[in-house]
Amino acid sequence: MAKILVVTSGKGGVGKTTTSAAIGTGLALRGHKTVIVDFDVGLRNLDLIMGCERRVVYDFVNVCNGEATLNQALIKDKRLENLYILAASQTRDKDALSKEGVEKVIKELSEQFEYVVCDSPAGIEKGAHLAMYFADEAIVVTNPEVSSVRDSDRMLGLLASKSKRAEEGLEPIKERLLLTRYDPERVTKGEMLGVEDVEEILAINLLGVIPESQAVLKASNQGVPVILDDQSDAGQAYSDAVDRLLGKEVPHRFLDVQKKGFLQRLFGGRE
Amino acid sequence: MLAITTLELAHNDLDRLDRQLQAKVAQAPAFFENTPLVLALDKLPEAEGTVDLNALMQLCQHHGLRTLAIRASRAEDVSAANALNLPVLPPSGARERLVDPAPVKVVEAEPRPSRIITQPVRGGMQIYAQGCDLIVLAAVSAGAELLADGNIHVYGPLRGRALAGVKGNTQARIFCQQLAAEMLSIAGQYKTAEDLRREPLWGQAVQASLSADVLNIRSL
Ligand SMILES: Nc1ncnc2c1ncn2[C@@H]1O[C@H](COP(=O)(O)OP(=O)(O)OP(=O)(O)O)[C@@H](O)[C@H]1O
Ligand SMILES: [Mg+2]
Repeated sequence: MAKILVVTSGKGGVGKTTTSAAIGTGLALRGHKTVIVDFDVGLRNLDLIMGCERRVVYDFVNVCNGEATLNQALIKDKRLENLYILAASQTRDKDALSKEGVEKVIKELSEQFEYVVCDSPAGIEKGAHLAMYFADEAIVVTNPEVSSVRDSDRMLGLLASKSKRAEEGLEPIKERLLLTRYDPERVTKGEMLGVEDVEEILAINLLGVIPESQAVLKASNQGVPVILDDQSDAGQAYSDAVDRLLGKEVPHRFLDVQKKGFLQRLFGGRE
Repeated sequence: MLAITTLELAHNDLDRLDRQLQAKVAQAPAFFENTPLVLALDKLPEAEGTVDLNALMQLCQHHGLRTLAIRASRAEDVSAANALNLPVLPPSGARERLVDPAPVKVVEAEPRPSRIITQPVRGGMQIYAQGCDLIVLAAVSAGAELLADGNIHVYGPLRGRALAGVKGNTQARIFCQQLAAEMLSIAGQYKTAEDLRREPLWGQAVQASLSADVLNIRSL
């Protein structure tokens, strides 16, 4: 049985799609057969970031509605053997997805894959609800600012009360915090919340901290998930996060302003 | 004796109510001039959804009806009324029982067990402990709302709103381990974050209680 991961946030533009692409690719890199599903119907972003937008024939909505089979719609990544993408439709709106349709597709994906990564749309409405409803684990993407933290908090409330696991009284969704677009300099200046502040408010397990990085925009323009840029800080931070997701203990990096020497940068973790 | 009109809401369709009131006013225009009104929401079917109290009151006012109080049992209505500083009367059935002159001493009913919450109360969540105390063993986020007819205890930071004694119990108290609340209210007397932040005890373990209509904050 696959593990269903939802990448969610409440607030828009915080880095969900960037994260879904990076984490999904990272899991595949480590040998796990993975599919990334774009739940953001009407916007379609994931395929651009994954660089497969020219190969989309059928999409998630087509499969939900039985207009195409899953295997017709799954797009194989051209870089990695065991990575697939299920694109969102650009021509439909959010109401094109139904709970029954989504359940059917997720079930079918669970039989073929080890990990199903669901890229949630922003908000707390239907689309976001469907993306998280069947999840086993949630990666709550948060930027270090008050409005994003509030929305994540709200989303955590929904994960705990409105998911399938909650409704059926099963073990709750495992919640993890991914702090993205973290800029230590602005934290020092008091313009952004620090890691500890966010951890204290949300009080959930910290999966990782992804620094604000030029590499993200560069990677998305090239259609390459940033985790494949292993020279970049953001790529390395996503790699660490994937390792932690798989149960490894890895110290957190990129939390401090980079004015240190080379060795310190290599070995300076948290603590 | 002052005549008070009760408007018992059977539906939550403001446009329809507008038309219905208009028809009534046409029948007896003199009657509808600054008429004191109790808005009864307790007979409203559950399926009718959340009442926009502000809009409802404005609509009534438009037709010459002045809302003095609401009659309600649902926590959301009670808290909406509290937010508008509007008195809340108990639902009609309950009120009749109150009038019943039962000797207080004889009542040896089992105490109502407290409502205990062990998970964090996140933004957007509302928890109501009806007829009893509310005990929360986790953090209460900004944007969350706790309501209790009795006392409220929070063994963690209280960052949301807490309304104790919502049915008017002035003896109710609020206890929390870290005061960071958006609002504290006891029996309708409230302080918002703006006032609370000026308290020297902000961020600390406190209890709030009423004395002579003033909400007092003291160290725990
Ligand atoms: N770590 C980062 N450093 C710099 N820019 C970033 C980082 N993460 C994301 N971004 C940028 O932020 C923008 C939004 O990212 P992304 O599309 O992943 O967010 P999203 O949460 O999926 O948005 P939406 O809610 O619209 O789906 C993009 O321009 C992306 O390049
Ligand atoms: Mg997105």
